[in-house]
Amino acid sequence: MRSLSHSSPPPHPTSPTNAKGLAPRLLIAGALSLALGLALTGAAKAGPTLDAIKARGTIKVGVGTQPGFFSPDSNGRWQGFFVDFGRALSIAVFNDPDKVQFIASSPQQRLPSLQSGEFDILLSGVTQTFTRATKLGFHFGPVVFYDGQGLLVPKKLGVTKGKELNGATVCVQTGTTGELNITDFFRQNKITFKPVVIEETAENQKAFASGRCDVLTQDSSDLAITRTLLPKPDDYVLLPERISKEPLAPAIRYGDDQWLEIVNWVVNATIQAEEFGITQANVDSFLTSSDPGIRRFLGVDPSLGEAAKLDPKFIYTIIKTVGNYGEIFDRHVGPKTKVALERGHNALWTQGGLLYAPPFR
Amino acid sequence: MRWASPPGRPGLTGRVVSWWGERPVTQAVLLTGVALILVFFAINTAANMERFGITPGFGFLLRPANFEIGESLIGYQPQDSYARAMLVGLLNTVKVALVGGLLATVIGVALGVARLSGNPLLSALVQGYVEVIRSTPLLLQLFFWSATLQALPGPRQALNPVPGVYLCNRGILLPAFAEDGAGGWVLLALLAAVAVGGAGMWLRSNHIMGRTVGSIGRGRWPDALILLIALGTGAGVIAGSGVSLTVGFPELTGFNFVGGGVVSPEFSALLIGLVVNAAAMIAEIVRSGIQAVPNGQWEAARALGLPRGRIMRLVVLPQALRVIVPLMTSSYLNLIKNSSLAVAIGFPDLVSVVNTSANQTGQVLESMAIMMGAYLTVNLIVSALMNAQNRRLTDRRRR
Repeated sequence: MRSLSHSSPPPHPTSPTNAKGLAPRLLIAGALSLALGLALTGAAKAGPTLDAIKARGTIKVGVGTQPGFFSPDSNGRWQGFFVDFGRALSIAVFNDPDKVQFIASSPQQRLPSLQSGEFDILLSGVTQTFTRATKLGFHFGPVVFYDGQGLLVPKKLGVTKGKELNGATVCVQTGTTGELNITDFFRQNKITFKPVVIEETAENQKAFASGRCDVLTQDSSDLAITRTLLPKPDDYVLLPERISKEPLAPAIRYGDDQWLEIVNWVVNATIQAEEFGITQANVDSFLTSSDPGIRRFLGVDPSLGEAAKLDPKFIYTIIKTVGNYGEIFDRHVGPKTKVALERGHNALWTQGGLLYAPPFR
Repeated sequence: MRWASPPGRPGLTGRVVSWWGERPVTQAVLLTGVALILVFFAINTAANMERFGITPGFGFLLRPANFEIGESLIGYQPQDSYARAMLVGLLNTVKVALVGGLLATVIGVALGVARLSGNPLLSALVQGYVEVIRSTPLLLQLFFWSATLQALPGPRQALNPVPGVYLCNRGILLPAFAEDGAGGWVLLALLAAVAVGGAGMWLRSNHIMGRTVGSIGRGRWPDALILLIALGTGAGVIAGSGVSLTVGFPELTGFNFVGGGVVSPEFSALLIGLVVNAAAMIAEIVRSGIQAVPNGQWEAARALGLPRGRIMRLVVLPQALRVIVPLMTSSYLNLIKNSSLAVAIGFPDLVSVVNTSANQTGQVLESMAIMMGAYLTVNLIVSALMNAQNRRLTDRRRR
């Protein structure tokens, strides 16, 4: 007020109009911010995630944008490996694969968004790490995809090993574990590099395709997909090294154990179904099985569903609708797709992979 | 200053009212209300962070950042602290804002003057430029410049317009001083020379001219003398620093150029984008400023027989500045804030580095606070400088 009076005295210095006009405006502003504050607390103090999901009638799932893992098809319907797990969750909670809303989020924004309650779950290929699980306050479900960070280079560079990349310029996406991994890799090998850090997946790929960088680094499954999207995929080669372990798992906020268990067992169910040999096509024939394990699993014997307070046949419906783990994998990223990934670590433990579901009993 | 003591309110009440304004009780209640809301927000935030298991605090700033940054004005290694990483980001922001501000001013003023020139073609061209630039989003423009620079050939087919200078998709490679820090010393020497030269000019115009101009001599003698002393100071600084001024040239080895200096494509794209954008705004400001000077000033100057160029430089522009300077402040502040779009094209500015830090540490609120604090500080400094300049201009008018 004082400085105002010095620099430009109003035309009617003693006129109270200013003060009068100001007070109601301030009051309104105050009331508004108070209302906003209450609304915010309301949201913040809302019950656990599962209550919010049920009240809302949909599950909000944060995803990325990488064809094969998650991308909308020509009809605007989300498709992909991670998307199918979102549908499976929707079946478990609502007995309907479409009560789920997929929201694309950049790697940079996804964790804060999950933290602030914008999503109920992240199925965007988040790497499970110690810090994220402890300091950042996220619980992780079972690993749905075992990945490792790789290095994609143009063939014409003539490089065969990561260690030959001294002095290279590396395109890396911000907000991923990739920034730290690539720094560690070069430091461990006592060689140097120059990062170009770009947030958007598409911009990052464009920079690499234009030759701005010698190397593109991401999870190797992402790189396999990116390679197919480049103008001349055959001009690029994925180096053999995996410079990190990237177990990609569903991530949820602390504070809702029941929701965590639903996530855990929905993922486990798809893995167990593959182990049982139950597929989308033959699931009905298993309903008459006399094996008590399979009867429990598919809800013919309703004890599991009752214990979890879910529809007893939720696993049956999941398999019937999206298929078992192997089917989900093959449909979106398997050898017959454009992405053409091998099962590798993502095969069942019985087939030399790492997938192992705890017992359903 | 009638405001300072309203009539009919003597003593303490009067003084309170004069400081605080009318209706002190209402004001105090409102102020308390606002303060309570803020406290409420703070408590709520703290409670939520507690709920999510986040420990608030700035302790993380001292821990090693462990990520690499593409370009830096100061020495930086991944094992340095988050605080240093953020400083690197801030300096990058300041660098692009400073260079961008200077270039945008020069180009903007030239364009603004050209817009009002008698030449219809020139005027129309400038108008077209301004309309196109201010009607399209800056982010789009940045993507355009970024894509344009990425379309340059690779290092092994780099364009070589001038010996020692290469243009490729890794940036613009220039000869540069080989020794670390030599550039800084040269800059310092230049600044010292300019300062000494400026002081000499000031002394001459204020004292020597008035009293002893006859005794020192005629012609350009004092000018030459000042120049000599100024150059001597600069040379002295260089000699005193003991820095070697050998120049390194960029050479292609392995993947990339080694030696010399490099201006990264991200920096160039951001700089070009910001300058092209801000120059359009400044051109309009300059045009409005010039048009605000009454026609009578032109006529009077013309009556004195001054040519057009000198009328503009000596009569019109100085008066136009009074309109221009406050508006320029907004332009500069916008330019600084717009530089945060760097994130989209991969230039490691403050936002980029702070985002990464927030992401790795989870200290999002603290990082946001640091970012806001940094932008606020830089912008308030710019505002203060521009306001001081503005005051100088308006004072001169009163004198």
